[in-house]
Amino acid sequence: MRLDLRTITVIVVLAGLALMPLLAWAVDEPYWLRFWSRVMILALAAVGVNLILGFGGMVSFGHAMYIAIGAYAVGALRFHGVEGGLPDLLLAVGAGALVALIIGAICLRTAGIYFIMITLAFAQMTYFFFISQEQYGGDDGMRIEGGTRLGPLDLSNDATLYYATFLLLCGALLVSWRLVNSRFGMVIRGARSNEQRMTALGFPTYRYRLTAYVISAVICAIAGALLANLTLYVSPAYTHWTRSGELLIMVILGGLGSLFGPVLGAIALLLLEDVIAHFTRHWQLFLGPILILVVIFAREGLFGLLTPRRQRSHTAGGSHG
Amino acid sequence: MKKHLSMLAGGVAAAAFAAGAAQAESVKIGYMATFSGPPGVLGEHNRDGFQLGIEHLGGTLGDLDVEIIEADDQLKPDVGKQIIDRYLQSDRVDFVVGIIFSNVMMAVYEDVVGSETFLISTNAGPSPIAGESCSEYFFSTSWQNDQLHGAAGLQAVNDGVESAFLIAPNYQAGRDAMAGFKREFEGHGTIAGEILTQINQPDYSAEIAQIAAAGADAVFIFLPGGMGVNFVKQYASSGIDLPLYSGSTVDGTTLPAIGEEMMGGYSSPNFWAPDMDTPVNQRFMADFEERFGYIPSVYAAQGYDAAALIDSAIRAVDGDLSNKEGMRDAMRQADFESIRGDFQFGNNHFPVQDWYAGEVVSDDQGRATIALGDMVAEDFQDAYHQDCAMQW
Amino acid sequence: MSTTLLLIQTLNGLQFGVMLFLMAAGLTLVFGIMNLVNLAHGSLYMMGAYFAAAATAWTGNPLLGILFAIPATLLLGVVVEFITLRTLYQRDHLDQVLCTFGLILFFNELARVLWGSAAIPMAIPEALTGFVTIIPGLIYPKWRLAIILVGLLVALLLYLLISHTRLGMLIRAGASNRPMVGALGVNISLLFTLVFGLGAALAGLAGAMVAPLLSVEPGMGDPILILTFVVIVIGGIGSIRGAFIASLLVGLIDTVGRSFLPALLRELFQTQSANTIGAALASMLIYILMAAVLFFRPRGLFPPKGR
Repeated sequence: MRLDLRTITVIVVLAGLALMPLLAWAVDEPYWLRFWSRVMILALAAVGVNLILGFGGMVSFGHAMYIAIGAYAVGALRFHGVEGGLPDLLLAVGAGALVALIIGAICLRTAGIYFIMITLAFAQMTYFFFISQEQYGGDDGMRIEGGTRLGPLDLSNDATLYYATFLLLCGALLVSWRLVNSRFGMVIRGARSNEQRMTALGFPTYRYRLTAYVISAVICAIAGALLANLTLYVSPAYTHWTRSGELLIMVILGGLGSLFGPVLGAIALLLLEDVIAHFTRHWQLFLGPILILVVIFAREGLFGLLTPRRQRSHTAGGSHG
Repeated sequence: MKKHLSMLAGGVAAAAFAAGAAQAESVKIGYMATFSGPPGVLGEHNRDGFQLGIEHLGGTLGDLDVEIIEADDQLKPDVGKQIIDRYLQSDRVDFVVGIIFSNVMMAVYEDVVGSETFLISTNAGPSPIAGESCSEYFFSTSWQNDQLHGAAGLQAVNDGVESAFLIAPNYQAGRDAMAGFKREFEGHGTIAGEILTQINQPDYSAEIAQIAAAGADAVFIFLPGGMGVNFVKQYASSGIDLPLYSGSTVDGTTLPAIGEEMMGGYSSPNFWAPDMDTPVNQRFMADFEERFGYIPSVYAAQGYDAAALIDSAIRAVDGDLSNKEGMRDAMRQADFESIRGDFQFGNNHFPVQDWYAGEVVSDDQGRATIALGDMVAEDFQDAYHQDCAMQW
Repeated sequence: MSTTLLLIQTLNGLQFGVMLFLMAAGLTLVFGIMNLVNLAHGSLYMMGAYFAAAATAWTGNPLLGILFAIPATLLLGVVVEFITLRTLYQRDHLDQVLCTFGLILFFNELARVLWGSAAIPMAIPEALTGFVTIIPGLIYPKWRLAIILVGLLVALLLYLLISHTRLGMLIRAGASNRPMVGALGVNISLLFTLVFGLGAALAGLAGAMVAPLLSVEPGMGDPILILTFVVIVIGGIGSIRGAFIASLLVGLIDTVGRSFLPALLRELFQTQSANTIGAALASMLIYILMAAVLFFRPRGLFPPKGR
């Protein structure tokens, strides 16, 4: 591994995240823990989205749905009096995977903009489904009594949650890295640039893409379970289409198809939102044009800016197809 | 804002500043409301009212300087939760004020009162907070959600309505609204039909056609914000001429858009209207429009009273913000000049107050505004207060 | 369930569908010809409504307001195209989604800054207030009838424009094979600006026509945007005919479903929650329709040929 600017950034950001709690305790700012937990949870979801979007070219406008499923899994178990722990994770992952398998199987019949719209359609259906769940508070959502407990670990504790999220984020990055550089990843990336060729080569691309879709959904569902632990609250608003849009923005802002891009994107978007919101109540008036400028001028996102110019066209999956 | 930027830089100085500020001669208030999206207008009115309330107290609360940290919850419960985390853990506020929507309130309520910080709701009043989850650290300067709809039900009963048609969006507040109306209305009249509509539905032609077919003699709607504007405009052009009763629908925030259509009709019932004859209200009305350029709505009035309530609490303990018991006892007396005249707090810290029918009239400049009509309920208390264990 | 009610609901569905068509026609053209995903189409609709309301307040005549809104939105569309979208044609859909998402944020907030957060008023043109009796016992608001007529007229004009003019020929050609049109020496960039302007004007017309019936407020374009996308996807992107049929289909199914589904479920299950579930199911109907259509026809009902 050469020590170029991008590697340095990855190391600095991860080390910074690892040390953040120490700083927060030193200056007595426990809030930082929670803020950065939220950033990392959304970054985790964005890493999941990136797996199919950045490498597979599948633009899902409905991945917020899996965050909601993960969060509702925790909420529903607590509502029915099941103590949190392994059941939380099993249900979040299981429900996320099952739903993704069914919906993915239908959605992947389409491609391009049709795929964007059909994933949106399913997310909207999920939205209305959760709204109609009166026992879980309907549109108001519900409070979750108590977090996930795994042995001695209690995720409703701020520091525990922070480090659990941090480790899961690193884990998800590692899994993505392994996946993308495996035979599996080659097929996914190949299918993105030329599906017919991959099919002709004898790869059942549909099955590969479905698998990628399910994995990415599961990562989002785990992020949802973490989000439920952070907020101890779940509501249908988690499935709103603008939330799915935000996930896409994180990925694109960070740099499409780069492994670490989504993390940078999540950090950038949430900080941007926060900082502008403190200057003016009309924060969207500024966030909108910033997004436009990024799209027009920083084509490969923040991570692309860190890449030496002559290398840019060669970055893995970084080209736009 | 200062605090926040420093977070970026990881600044230590600001943290020290915050720790020092807690003991200083100022009161720190976290004011959170919904400012973005279509319902942002509610937050704006509310905040302007709160601000004018502080200005009328000489820019201080209980003779302490005021530091307000304002935030937009975007009507997203988890965003609201994050803001509250910051208020409690980083800004270390003395009061949390605001909160327009019940779902945001439900997401943050336990955190605020659990940390023994006073929470002054200037709008949201979901039923659990009035009932079993009531808290000594919570006060409302508005109303419990059902009360408004109950008042509308009483209004319909008083008018001798025999059968009513009900429309509300398909979410918790909508279903609660229907329940609130029915609680007072059923037994006196029948329900000719009820429809739960989609949230943020633009077109109501299908529902209006059903009203026409149902043969009711009045319509009750709970369609806050833009939904209500959509409905009223379409209803007015539909040729149906049944009286319209409403909750949170025809009020100061929607009248600029639907004043023409509703002229001479009922507004949503209220405990306050611009023409209310109290000395405080005259001062409020005289200054508000000059200061902010629009006719205040009830949301502004609720914000205004929050400032006076906090002022009375701090005054009672001579500025000793650590004396929470003293402040609570003071607030329970409701011993301040309220914009709505005299009122009391019930055992659950929700106001027990008079409710009036409202009428849409034109003011001296020909603009639509609300005039107080008949009193429909005197000292009206919410239906959940028995479930609240708190007694004092 | 009376026949009158069914008739009225059908008219309502038709009116809703026609309104959707005004939106969908522009969006599907821009999409089909320029290959541009324009999430800001709903913002143009919103601006159309605001232009109409503002011009009405200024002139005191709603009809003038609506007539003003059409060229104003057209101009706005051209400016937006020129400043931000022009660079995006060669990019993939994702960049376009992000950029136009940024435009939504910007326009919603701009409307708030210019006209305030609260909804602003807009009246129905004097001559078209009130209602007409279509058959005895069936009265219908004149303004809604006017919307249906205008929508059908626009559909007819679009049909003539596309199948009987040179511009229409280019548009059709552009929808099926873009590079070829350019290779034949057509000024593509002018064609694109024209098409985008046309789409914007149609969105503006839709916004202005519904302004007297709807709350003119920041963000009013967002819900309609999603519906419009549903329509063009069901219809097949780039197909005006598909957009027309899908618009009416979505309008009718949504309206009729909303009015009869909860009642039907109540009859079947006789429980309190039937009402809630019925309402939720009615909201999902069009998405179910879309998923079903795409399942059987992954490129919509009428995909343009040759792509």
